[in-house]
Amino acid sequence: MINRRNALLLTAISAMTVPSLVNSEKAWAEEVSKLPRKKVDLVPAPNVHPHDQVAKDGPKVVEFRMVIQEKQITIDDDGTKVHAFTYDGDVPGPLMVVHQGDYVELTLVNPETNTLEHNIDFHASTGALGGGALTIVNPGEEVVLRFKADRAGAFVYHCAPGNVMTPWHVVSGMNGAILVLPRDGLKDGAGKSLQYDKIYYIAEQDFYIPKDEDGKYKTYDTPLESFPDMEAVMRTLTPTHVVFNGHASSMTGAKALPAKVGDRVLIIHAQANRDSRPHLIGGHGDYVWETGKFANPPLLDMETWFVRGGSASAALYTFKQPGIYAYVTHNLIEAAMLGGTAHFKVEGEWNNDLMKQVAAPRPITKTDKK
Amino acid sequence: MQLRRIMNICRSNLPGVAMRITIYTIIGLLSVAIVFYFMGRSDGSMRQNTADIVIVPPGEFLYRTSGEFNKNNRPIDAPLKKIKFTKPLTIMRAQVSEMDYQKCVDAGGCKPLSQSNPSRSDFPVVGVSWQDATDYANWLSNQTSEIWRLPTDIEWSYVAGSRFKDDALALGEDADFAQRWIARYDLESARKLEGDHKTQKIGSFGENEKGLLDIAGNVWEWTNSCFSRNNLNADGQPANEPFVVCGIRITAGQHRAYVSDFIRDARGGGCAAGIPPSNLGFRLIKGEEGSSLFEKLGSIIRR
Repeated sequence: MINRRNALLLTAISAMTVPSLVNSEKAWAEEVSKLPRKKVDLVPAPNVHPHDQVAKDGPKVVEFRMVIQEKQITIDDDGTKVHAFTYDGDVPGPLMVVHQGDYVELTLVNPETNTLEHNIDFHASTGALGGGALTIVNPGEEVVLRFKADRAGAFVYHCAPGNVMTPWHVVSGMNGAILVLPRDGLKDGAGKSLQYDKIYYIAEQDFYIPKDEDGKYKTYDTPLESFPDMEAVMRTLTPTHVVFNGHASSMTGAKALPAKVGDRVLIIHAQANRDSRPHLIGGHGDYVWETGKFANPPLLDMETWFVRGGSASAALYTFKQPGIYAYVTHNLIEAAMLGGTAHFKVEGEWNNDLMKQVAAPRPITKTDKK
Repeated sequence: MQLRRIMNICRSNLPGVAMRITIYTIIGLLSVAIVFYFMGRSDGSMRQNTADIVIVPPGEFLYRTSGEFNKNNRPIDAPLKKIKFTKPLTIMRAQVSEMDYQKCVDAGGCKPLSQSNPSRSDFPVVGVSWQDATDYANWLSNQTSEIWRLPTDIEWSYVAGSRFKDDALALGEDADFAQRWIARYDLESARKLEGDHKTQKIGSFGENEKGLLDIAGNVWEWTNSCFSRNNLNADGQPANEPFVVCGIRITAGQHRAYVSDFIRDARGGGCAAGIPPSNLGFRLIKGEEGSSLFEKLGSIIRR
């Protein structure tokens, strides 16, 4: 509470501390300017840009550039369309990977061809609404934000222009995740190092698409024209689509995620708006950082894990059997009917010890007594 | 309900002998005229009605047996059989249209579709279950005093001609089930075209060499054939009677799919892994099915 006494006290403290803050600011700025810089080209989900699992050297400034694109995208096989707001052209925004102690330096570009103002709120960052207050850019502007990745974990980022614009932008696809790895890599609860052979990035997106009188999904000429109808659907809290990586079949069929028996696969699952419960049908989570934060020991042998809306989880699994695995959000209505399914296609040799069909389906051989 | 699902007898429309004779006579008299009628047609967007039929002449073909096959407890490709039709088949040239189905609904013979669908004369009706299709066949049979029914999988495969897609994986008999599973998944994935779910105007997928429209387009067609499991012994001979499940019927199209008879949209009723049919529709064949129409020749040909 600020009363007169506290205010005086604050003034006194400021008088004492400001000079030293300025000094440390200077020292800090010099420190950062001396750090090596590295430029990273981002790639669309489910892929992740090349990175080291264990940092080879000290902290650096990692430069990223994202161009915001407002574009109409198709979100299911029926051709349902939405005016998406995207970081770098895709739903979700790309996964950024750095190490704890690195500085993330993002150039965020809002081209003149866009119609709305945008910004970015990094859950991994500290202060200014996650950077949201310092990154508001109008069409035709760009901004550069630097923040220190001082906590290790998978974190969501999203657009947050304020009021109802925030959820609207987020459910229009304007979200993604950043993975801040510990400098010495991932570890189990006992301090043993864990590596992965593959990393897949899955961001779940709930969409709220308005329907016409006939129950068909509507399309609109511009994002703003769609807003009143979409706001009404958003208020129901009932999504029409729950999809992975922007499309109901983004990771099925020819686009199923490939792996081999023995592959250690790290799955980053982000949900910027709504709770989710990833489940790998036929497999498990060997090590699951359910909250996504690596200072906490991973949970072991998980069947289903919980992703709190507005967070990202990390799950490490070694595939032991070949075949098709469905990776779903285990609300099966959402998985099967709203789009929340991805497939892993795992090649390798079948292990009869783990599972065997002892007798193929056949007529019942014995009458059971009631 | 459960009993019905596992019954071995699953024919829905058993006509009398007199009716059969009448029908054959009519076919005989009309076939020449109808063939001439269709010879002059080339555009595919004709209005679908019961007159739009194709007479497929008798002949023989190699049939990839339907159902699942195990040999020595391992899944294998279904055997090939030589099938001979000794009489012509009379079948609808196009799939039943939205408008035709709506007529049946309006007359109280068919259940309305779940969504408010348009009733266009030049689009195939989709979102129908096997039961809906069977209702339509019964209604049309009553309306016309003719026998209309869903074709069997053998009949459909024959009239599909070069458009029939063999679903054999040809991996050999040593492949384990996961290898077969992945191979099937890849096969189905490769067939899947981007954005191909929306139904197209009748005729959009063209005509096959037997004069049928839209075979293996994006509408799978219900057949009357039931799902079966078959166990073969080391010699490739049936180890026991096939286990037939008639609550699951065969849908024919870009690939063969086994679908529960009450499902109207297989995309909502499929399994977690696998590519289900895009749309479920149907066309009808005229006349009774029976051994008099075709005979199975030769023994099983193994691959």
